[in-house]
Amino acid sequence: MNYLLFSFKNLRKRGIRSWLTLLGVFIGIAAVISLMTLGAGLKTAIVGQFGVSSTEIITVQAGGLSYGPPGSDVTTPLTIQDVQAIEKISSVDYAIPRNVETVKLEYNERVVFTMALSVQEGFEKEIYDIFEIEAREGRLLKNGDYKKVILGYDYGDEKKGGFEKRIEAKKKILIQDEKFEVVGILEKKGSFIMDKAVFIYDNDLKQLMKYGDDVDVIAVKVKSKDLIDKAKEDIEKLLRKRRNVKVGEEDFEVATPEAMLETINSILGGVQAFIVIIAFISIIVGAIGIINTMTTSVVERKKEIGIMKAIGAKNKHIFFQFFIESGVLGLVGGIAGIVFGLLVGYLGTIGINNFVGASTKPEINFVLIILSLIGSFLIGAVAGIIPAMGAAKQNPVEALRN
Amino acid sequence: MKNKEVIINLKNVAKYYYMGDNIVKAVDGVDISIKQGEFVAVMGPSGSGKSTCMNLIGSLDIPTKGVIYLDNEDISSLSESDLAVLRGKKVGFIFQQFNLIPNLTVKENVMLPMMFQGESKQERENVAEELLVKVGLGDRMKFYPNQLSGGQQQRVAIARSLANDPEVILADEPTGNLDTKTGKKVIDFLKSLNKEGKTVIMVTHDPNLAKEHADIVYSLRDGKVERITRKNKLRI
Repeated sequence: MNYLLFSFKNLRKRGIRSWLTLLGVFIGIAAVISLMTLGAGLKTAIVGQFGVSSTEIITVQAGGLSYGPPGSDVTTPLTIQDVQAIEKISSVDYAIPRNVETVKLEYNERVVFTMALSVQEGFEKEIYDIFEIEAREGRLLKNGDYKKVILGYDYGDEKKGGFEKRIEAKKKILIQDEKFEVVGILEKKGSFIMDKAVFIYDNDLKQLMKYGDDVDVIAVKVKSKDLIDKAKEDIEKLLRKRRNVKVGEEDFEVATPEAMLETINSILGGVQAFIVIIAFISIIVGAIGIINTMTTSVVERKKEIGIMKAIGAKNKHIFFQFFIESGVLGLVGGIAGIVFGLLVGYLGTIGINNFVGASTKPEINFVLIILSLIGSFLIGAVAGIIPAMGAAKQNPVEALRN
Repeated sequence: MKNKEVIINLKNVAKYYYMGDNIVKAVDGVDISIKQGEFVAVMGPSGSGKSTCMNLIGSLDIPTKGVIYLDNEDISSLSESDLAVLRGKKVGFIFQQFNLIPNLTVKENVMLPMMFQGESKQERENVAEELLVKVGLGDRMKFYPNQLSGGQQQRVAIARSLANDPEVILADEPTGNLDTKTGKKVIDFLKSLNKEGKTVIMVTHDPNLAKEHADIVYSLRDGKVERITRKNKLRI
């Protein structure tokens, strides 16, 4: 306890140079803490970008699974017949064909190209559930709404929509040069695709784009969650047969939500690993900084060491004083890092929430905070070992002569 | 005084420093015998070896040759850590530059030697307060050294030297950085400690100071004792 008090007293008198050497520890700890605090928010943000939501929906696509615009591959497309066949599988509750087309929008004498997502009649609620969309203005499409559309959040904004004028419900816009009425504008989703999307009944889109029986994506609802893997296998088997391909040569992709979440987790894991590596490097840099500043401190305080030895300090007293002081130095960097990291985590979460329109909460990991405190003290202390040993070994006569 | 016990005994002590091929004989065959309760001055011009002598007496350094007894213990054979304990307990240092720890308050400075001896916090506080009152700085306990005058700082150093109630007070040019008036006050203080029974050893280059106050004066020159002067002889 005496050493601790002594250390604080010594550190209080230190110049800015000593504190600057703590930047490494500070940045390292701040990076880890902010990352962990952001955790949930970061995940929501990434998940939101990919539009994965429901956990009981299997997505079937022709070609490989890609995160680009679906249907842009040049493989044999899926068809309505595939949808009907899938629907007959015992583990499947229902299958919804979905089409995604790039369309031309015209409003206020300006043209914008964007994605149109089809809404299958009779499955309105299911589609809305899959995308988790709600009307912010007006309403969603309902049976009988031909020649009508719902627009993404951005079109309700003068600048983001690209028409230099906000579109309101009940306004008319041109899609592929045909007149449509806007029935509603969606709540913000935070995904650049969804916030610029146009939702349109399948029949209308088919008429505009003439894709006939082709289907870009089949959304398959499984009867229960435990059947997901079985349903995936059944669908794969069925499609291999229907498309005449062998195992391992599939020209289609059956993606379960788990698989998508896994992909996202691996992306997130990559980001986290990257940040952890940066944190690790800066902590090492910080430790070297502490070694440096402590070594300087030993030289500067040589006389003090001599005095203390003259008044009865043993080598171990001197060692512990510098050792603890170095640890406290690290601890100070750690505390600052934790505070800053939490701040970034909080503000970041608020930022993500605003951006995505979610309501995630920052995760405060007390175990991590305590580990960071202990860790930063230990980093400092370990970095201080060699300088402290140097201090302890000072010859009192020589040290006093300074 | 003759019945008193010998507390410090240097027998044929030498301290050599090796600088490349040169041997610097800082102290070369010195015999000093100091009895309990004496006021001794070690005098000599700079380079005479008096500082090295003081370091040896204070067990800050170990001799190249010869033996040193501090309170009947041969310190030339002690480990570094035992030496630290010994000097912490038996010797109180007073330096020319006061040598207080700048980051600690006056009271904490006085408490420090007791901390190294493992005294309890309560004990340290009590003794430190008592000693600071004794040196007339009872109202300056929470001050930092740089807030005090030189004379006041030297009085703090005196209080600190007394912290572990040592038998020997070792003062290295204690008035060297002080004006005559404050210097005299410090000397008076040392004398009153001597009257209380402490053995005081003062290193100085000032012959007048040595002759005026010390019972015995060891005059050093070129690492050897040139002359030993006793006060009773001075009076003749």
